[in-house]
Amino acid sequence: MATPTPASAPPRPAPAGLIARALSGDVAWSFRHSWSARISALVLLILFAAAILAPWLANQNPYDIGELSLFDSELPPAWAEGGDARYWLGTDTLARDVYSSILYGLRLSLIVGFASVALAAVVGISLGLLGGFVGGIVDAAIMRFADVLLSFPTILVALLVNGIMRGALPPAQHQQAAIWVLILAIGLTNWVQYARTVRSSTMVERNKEYVQAARINGVSRAGIMVSHILPNVLGPVLVIATINLGMAVLTEATLSFLGVGMPATQPSLGTLIRIGNEYLFSGIWWVVIFPSVVLVALVLAVNLLGDWLRDALNPKLR
Amino acid sequence: MIRSLLLTAAMSLPLTAPAAAETLKWATARDVYGLDPHAVTDSFTNIFTHHLYEPLVRYDAELRIEPALATRWEVIEPNRVRFFLRDGVTFHGGEAFDADDVIVSLTRAADPKSPLRGNLPGLTAVEKVDDLTVDVVMEGPTPLLNNYLTNIFILDSGWLEANGATAPIDASRGEEGYTTNNANGTGPFRLESRRPDALNVLVANEGWWDTPAHNLTRIEHSPIASAATRVAALLSGEIDLIEPAPLQDAARIEAADGVRMLENPGLRSIMMGINMGDSLVDGNVEGNPLKDLRVRQAMMHAINMDLIRDRIMRGKSRVTGSLIAPEVQGYTEAMDARLPYDPDRAKALLAEAGYPEGFAFNLNCPNDRYVNDEAICQAMAAMLTQSGFQPRLVTEPRQIHFQKVDERAVDVFMLGWATLPMLDGFSVLSAMLASPDGSYGTFTPAGYSNPRLDELTQAIAIEMDEEKRLAMLSEALMLAHEDIAWLPVHQQPLSWAARDTVEVPQAADDLVRLWYARVNN
Amino acid sequence: MFGFLVRRIVQSVFVMLAVALIAFMMFRFMGDPVNSMVSENASVAEREEVRARLGLDQPLYVQYARFVTRAAQGDFGLSWRNARPVSTLLAERFPATAELVLVAAGLSLVLGIPLGILTALRPRALSTQTLQFISLVGISLPTFVTGILLILTFSVWLGWLPSFGRGTVVDVGWWSTGFLTTTGLKALILPSVMLCLFQLTLIMRLVRAEMMEVLRTDYIKFARARGLSDRAIHFHHALRNTLIPVITIFGLQLGGLIAFAIITETVFQWPGMGALFIQAVSFGDVPVMAAYLVLVSLIFVTINTIVDLLYVVLDPRLRVDGARGAH
Repeated sequence: MATPTPASAPPRPAPAGLIARALSGDVAWSFRHSWSARISALVLLILFAAAILAPWLANQNPYDIGELSLFDSELPPAWAEGGDARYWLGTDTLARDVYSSILYGLRLSLIVGFASVALAAVVGISLGLLGGFVGGIVDAAIMRFADVLLSFPTILVALLVNGIMRGALPPAQHQQAAIWVLILAIGLTNWVQYARTVRSSTMVERNKEYVQAARINGVSRAGIMVSHILPNVLGPVLVIATINLGMAVLTEATLSFLGVGMPATQPSLGTLIRIGNEYLFSGIWWVVIFPSVVLVALVLAVNLLGDWLRDALNPKLR
Repeated sequence: MIRSLLLTAAMSLPLTAPAAAETLKWATARDVYGLDPHAVTDSFTNIFTHHLYEPLVRYDAELRIEPALATRWEVIEPNRVRFFLRDGVTFHGGEAFDADDVIVSLTRAADPKSPLRGNLPGLTAVEKVDDLTVDVVMEGPTPLLNNYLTNIFILDSGWLEANGATAPIDASRGEEGYTTNNANGTGPFRLESRRPDALNVLVANEGWWDTPAHNLTRIEHSPIASAATRVAALLSGEIDLIEPAPLQDAARIEAADGVRMLENPGLRSIMMGINMGDSLVDGNVEGNPLKDLRVRQAMMHAINMDLIRDRIMRGKSRVTGSLIAPEVQGYTEAMDARLPYDPDRAKALLAEAGYPEGFAFNLNCPNDRYVNDEAICQAMAAMLTQSGFQPRLVTEPRQIHFQKVDERAVDVFMLGWATLPMLDGFSVLSAMLASPDGSYGTFTPAGYSNPRLDELTQAIAIEMDEEKRLAMLSEALMLAHEDIAWLPVHQQPLSWAARDTVEVPQAADDLVRLWYARVNN
Repeated sequence: MFGFLVRRIVQSVFVMLAVALIAFMMFRFMGDPVNSMVSENASVAEREEVRARLGLDQPLYVQYARFVTRAAQGDFGLSWRNARPVSTLLAERFPATAELVLVAAGLSLVLGIPLGILTALRPRALSTQTLQFISLVGISLPTFVTGILLILTFSVWLGWLPSFGRGTVVDVGWWSTGFLTTTGLKALILPSVMLCLFQLTLIMRLVRAEMMEVLRTDYIKFARARGLSDRAIHFHHALRNTLIPVITIFGLQLGGLIAFAIITETVFQWPGMGALFIQAVSFGDVPVMAAYLVLVSLIFVTINTIVDLLYVVLDPRLRVDGARGAH
């Protein structure tokens, strides 16, 4: 979406020394006393581990069509009547093991999520630091551009980036490029929040004595930005990044529904749900329910964690 | 107060009640492109406008040709056919139907700028004999003339002229054609209103020349793109007839009260084209192994079509060895034989051809064109892989897929052919098997050329003796069958769903003809 | 104020020119329009003639200028899909999208603000926690799944509401409205609920956060000390201070609603601009895509400008610089 995120009013610029405070135990204390944060963290930990270990946990590589045998298609989960112990969450129309597909799909969704968040953060932080520190026309240009982008909803920009990339790339490369297109499209629409937050923090920080002192001591601008200002703005950036991760995963699913996501031969979690959606009436409920549950668990946990993090880093709200 | 309410109710009754009784609510996957029957070759637009406009001769519910606006015809010379027009027919606007309308309409459809001209190839002139007689003059003998004409609808010449629409629509002029949004035909229904992508309303034409087999007073057509929503609308009773209905939802629809599936084998044969050019588009070996007949045979041995039918097509498709359906002219049982599923034989043939390790190639499929197209291709890719091939599956929206097919930027690719509007095997021969030359060979796979087949194609095009023509047609199709120029897949099933109260014939061409439909309330 | 207005308008013009450039570039990237207009066996001369008639033989900047001039007059040429003027197509679809978005926006405000207040006043209550949790679950599911679930429940299972379309619409001039008929109003319910879920949650959480913040300020503490009733404090003082950021976010989110309507319209076969756009994307109908982009940007830019103005009016302390980055 254009502006923020499900979870929040945009985070406020954090006071200096926030990271230090976090390490000193304030945030840790809050974590120990928040049920939702601990459960979310646990869920995320499990999901991340499952995604990373997918090739070892899965019974089948669902992207390797040679492994699929149509004889095993549409088997219900193992505990249901007609289920097969080899496929404990059942199989889909093409005999892909639902459990393995979810692991691999989760992996892809998280890759897209993390990569696009990283892209957005790097672009946003760099531009925010630059604008905040240099000021003047550079700042104005960056912020006006941000204004424009902020007023365009993510899915529209993503559709546009997608359309342009498809036009620019030879058709033979569309499928291989799909994941990069997604990362670029989602990443490039989300950097604005980082830039705004970092910029306003930077503007506050740059007039502080320690920065002035560093300048007098001959430290270069870039040096100051990286070593002195950056650590101080990481708190709010972390909050935005957390919440954006959930949004990125959902956006990927939505784009998949609109026909511009990952190809059906390499389904992400969103693509699995999009495909499963077509079988809602047919009684093959397991192909849509299980991926949906995993997606909801993932996004919910990320959002809850983001919520908690925002509150924990912003003592005013506690 | 009560009195006035009653009065209102009484007044509104005659307006709504009887009309509602025979209204048919019809939902399809998409809307028509426009109402001009000469503007696109799209078969859905064509059948929709067939409710408004009529051709000289038409297909009945069993796909036999019968008189429509022409009552009879005579071959005067080999290339000149005389049509005697129906007397007393009027357009919806009240204009009388006569020879001028036929001349203008045929000329308009065959205009070099008309997209429809390919459906009436070789038209030289349409000459007026008298007000109700015309001669259609062709370049040469045209055995399939009547088949062509089933698809060419007649518009009123005066109406076209008055609205500046005599020439076909030309998009490059940047103006909207009058005929895109307005219709004035002789057909069984009149256009009442149209909201693109939302609702088209047709009402019965009281002054239709033919005795209606239908009992409809009103048709409300809504395009519903999302398949799940379309099925939901049928189940919730908002819609009476949906087309298509997803195969996987058949069980759910059958189980529901008051609705049923309408299923039949369709005319559309699905097949895989095979690149036989000098090199593969995306291969990993020198040259093109697909040129070797043994490799193409190995492919057929590798694919378990029965399993695809049972699982992906839910037992509804008809596995074929032929490129045309049995209903289509030119079909013989001999051409329907398939090499059996035999992965070991496939591997052996592959090794014999010098590729024991297999080779890589692209397998190109659309993902929004045919019934379960993407799933079929995924299953085929799996089977080919298991028999030693290395297919790289590429599935894309139809726009991109067919553009690639056009450019021959494909190795093994999916295509469906229903031989519409000809319903004749010649359609396959001329468009998909003949060496590319002029209007021939539009879809012929790269590098395929069989001189004997080309020779037969030329002869069939002008052979007026039906028996001889069919013999040559079958011979030519058999040659293609032996060459495995295309790898046959199956005949795609027709899959509609309707309320129990709706009776509608389901012809093999998958076109909805509501002038045969009845609603029994 | 006047200077600010002028500056905003100049800025908006630049933004629109940039959008027009992107839209124009789409034409260059996405194939040659001549191919989609002439028959495949057209001669080279014919192609050249069409090319000249479309002005495609001119230098790029001339073409761009032409595109902008014509776009400014609402002329985007003909759709490649069905040869109808793009402006007509959009005008036909605009009312459907506008009504859907307005109802969804209204719902999100009418439900979001009270829920936000409620959860702010009782932050520790079980009902608050539950509500917040449910709202998070609701937006953790992709909207297209939510839409289908709504249809399954309310159309197929309960049979209360229509599953597709706008019901009976009435033409008021060129505007087709569903507000005047029962079927039209019923048809609006499911799509607008699906569309507003996200915004509803956002506004609820925003109001909650702002309210909790305001309640902590000295101003409120002072009001309490003066002995004002809780009711007066909450609704008169606290809420008023909360609404300014809500208006900002709400304005920005209207744009989001228009974009998200693409999905809602696809699921519910709502004959709006979003459905038209998706159709154009799958068909490669560049004129429609370009026009949609320009029109939607125009709406965004206008809304943003109004929000900024409103902001300055509501809170004169804020200078232009702070106007957008309110938080």
